[in-house]
Amino acid sequence: MTDAIMNSKPGAEIRRPTLSADRLKKRYAAERRFRLYGLGSIIAAGLMLVFLVGSITGTGYSAFLQTYIKLNISFDPEYLDPAGTGDVEQLRTADYGGMIKKNLRDNFAEVTSRSDKRKLYNFVSPNAGFDLRNMVIENPSLVGQSLDLWIKASDDIDMLRKGYVDRTEEESNRRVTDTELGWYDRLDSNDRIETRFNTDFFSKADSREPEEAGILGAVTGSLLTMAITLLLSFPIGVMAAIYLEEFAPKNAWTDLIEVNINNLAAVPSIVFGLLGLALFLNFFGFPRSAPLVGGMVLALMTLPTIIIASRSALKAVPPSIREAALGLGASRLQVVTHHVLPLAMPGILTGTIIGMAQALGETAPLLMIGMIAFIVDVPGSFTDPATVLPVQIYLWADSPERAFVERTSAAIMVLLAFLIFMNILAVMLRKKFERRW
Amino acid sequence: MSEKTKMAKPDTSAAPQATPKMKGDKVKVFYGNKQALMDVDLDIKPNEVTALIGPSGCGKSTFLRCLNRMNDVIDICRVEGKITLDDEDIYDSSLDPVQLRARVGMVFQKPNPFPKSIYDNVAYGPRIHGTAQSKADIDEIVESSLTKAGLFGEVKDRLLEPGTGLSGGQQQRLCIARAIAVNPEVILMDEPCSALDPIATAKIEELIDELRENYTIVIVTHSMQQAARVSQRTAFFHLGELVEVGDTEQIFTNPSDTRTQGYITGRFG
Repeated sequence: MTDAIMNSKPGAEIRRPTLSADRLKKRYAAERRFRLYGLGSIIAAGLMLVFLVGSITGTGYSAFLQTYIKLNISFDPEYLDPAGTGDVEQLRTADYGGMIKKNLRDNFAEVTSRSDKRKLYNFVSPNAGFDLRNMVIENPSLVGQSLDLWIKASDDIDMLRKGYVDRTEEESNRRVTDTELGWYDRLDSNDRIETRFNTDFFSKADSREPEEAGILGAVTGSLLTMAITLLLSFPIGVMAAIYLEEFAPKNAWTDLIEVNINNLAAVPSIVFGLLGLALFLNFFGFPRSAPLVGGMVLALMTLPTIIIASRSALKAVPPSIREAALGLGASRLQVVTHHVLPLAMPGILTGTIIGMAQALGETAPLLMIGMIAFIVDVPGSFTDPATVLPVQIYLWADSPERAFVERTSAAIMVLLAFLIFMNILAVMLRKKFERRW
Repeated sequence: MSEKTKMAKPDTSAAPQATPKMKGDKVKVFYGNKQALMDVDLDIKPNEVTALIGPSGCGKSTFLRCLNRMNDVIDICRVEGKITLDDEDIYDSSLDPVQLRARVGMVFQKPNPFPKSIYDNVAYGPRIHGTAQSKADIDEIVESSLTKAGLFGEVKDRLLEPGTGLSGGQQQRLCIARAIAVNPEVILMDEPCSALDPIATAKIEELIDELRENYTIVIVTHSMQQAARVSQRTAFFHLGELVEVGDTEQIFTNPSDTRTQGYITGRFG
């Protein structure tokens, strides 16, 4: 009938595969080469990861430490309570900065010139007075006493302590002058300088002073924002996916919707920020810089990801399960809620967490709605001004002080820790909901 | 063709002259523009096994799926003509397909137990239809359904293990137990043995014969031996037409249509 059959008549030459050693060797060599390429790619990717994590932790670990200076502080009533009333309001508004300066002068009696005094004042954090104020308000009997206290050092001394100041450099190129180095060495040799774990980094919000700046504000802001994003995008996304996949008729309209959802997933995130600015801030008049609006904008951005992932998870449920349930007289909703959705859950959750991780690291859309602000308070509600982790990293990376460099890396470490936590959560949820058949 | 069909319908079955349980009247099915079934008239008699045979793509599965409106879920599928269950039009808008499927159950080609326990598989139907009120009622339905399906003895110690862990033949009997737990009047079987080995097949065939006592069964099969073994009546489909229907014995020994004869003697198909 065909040529092949015609040619296979008896007597025609039959071609058998040539099994020459040369060909075989080439084939195996090609396979070995291919495996090596693969192995090489894995190693290259692994090295890049090690380099990234190594350089970040190498720069950032010192941000978890803070230098303290032991000073003899006398709680001079002259500064704190000249009238001797013992009134808490008086203690609250007293001049603690002046008191610290006076104590510094007392600790370094030889310092007399104005410029040297200014250098001396620069040893401790400008905000150290607030810590002393809190101590006094808690315990008013301190007034009049004299104590050896560990006072938080300024960022310059902190950097010197951590070895980021090169003493061999010419004096004019250093943040710390020779005089200051002398005082520092004297304090150090008297065991009056100490490095401790930096609890403030985890318990405070942003500050202009690096030694006062903490990550808690950004972490709280991120958590509040993510909560809004999850609450909005998960139910809406899953509902939309279920409707499109299980109930919607397949016609031109649903095709159009599908194409648009796929396109939305590829829209640059800053465009969602502009939409949020126009819609939520200008039209609805929601508060600026608030986790509420940030969460809404990120929900818009995450929705396409969740819808697409959920739809493919639903599609992956074998049709035989749907038929089995329908054949027993289950309604379409029962088919979905009893059988399809539980089986699709692992895929849906994975998609959702990937979308959330993406939203957690997003900065651009938040710039548009004012979440790039410098916020010194930890946000307490969804409408308080707040910032988020990636924005905090951006702000610190932009700051000129040397001490913000290590804080930037530390903030990146915190962000990465969050992402790793979310990924572990995704894997665990997958394992929990996964069923085999 | 329908002329011929009517002629070749000798009602000589052992069962008393009963009215058809289900009746297809000029059933046409279209997938988009393509017509898959042409004017099929077929009566399904109560407490009998009706076998639908024919080469692949001849429309026998399509017809089977019309009987419990499983084709409704295919968007491009359109059914014309009339199908009745106890003289009630099942495509009437007043009839709910969900209710219909509780009366006309189905067993599929590939065993498709839910990825749940054996117990939950069987209990699912009674639960959604509210036929059993208490846990004890459901326990009883599960046990009797599994017993009827000839599976209870094999699984009674592991009712809470996943149904997907059973062997292929056991899974298919579980699916039959699941279908009869709803107590349907008619059970449709779409090539129920095509994925099974001969021993499992023999068990299912035996089971079908026992179930005939309480249920009306329609079975699609590719195996003519199976049709001959289990069915009382056989309908032969070819290219979307119902070529011939009659007593199984008559179809296999003395077919009136040359196409039927060609198919059963293995000359085509």
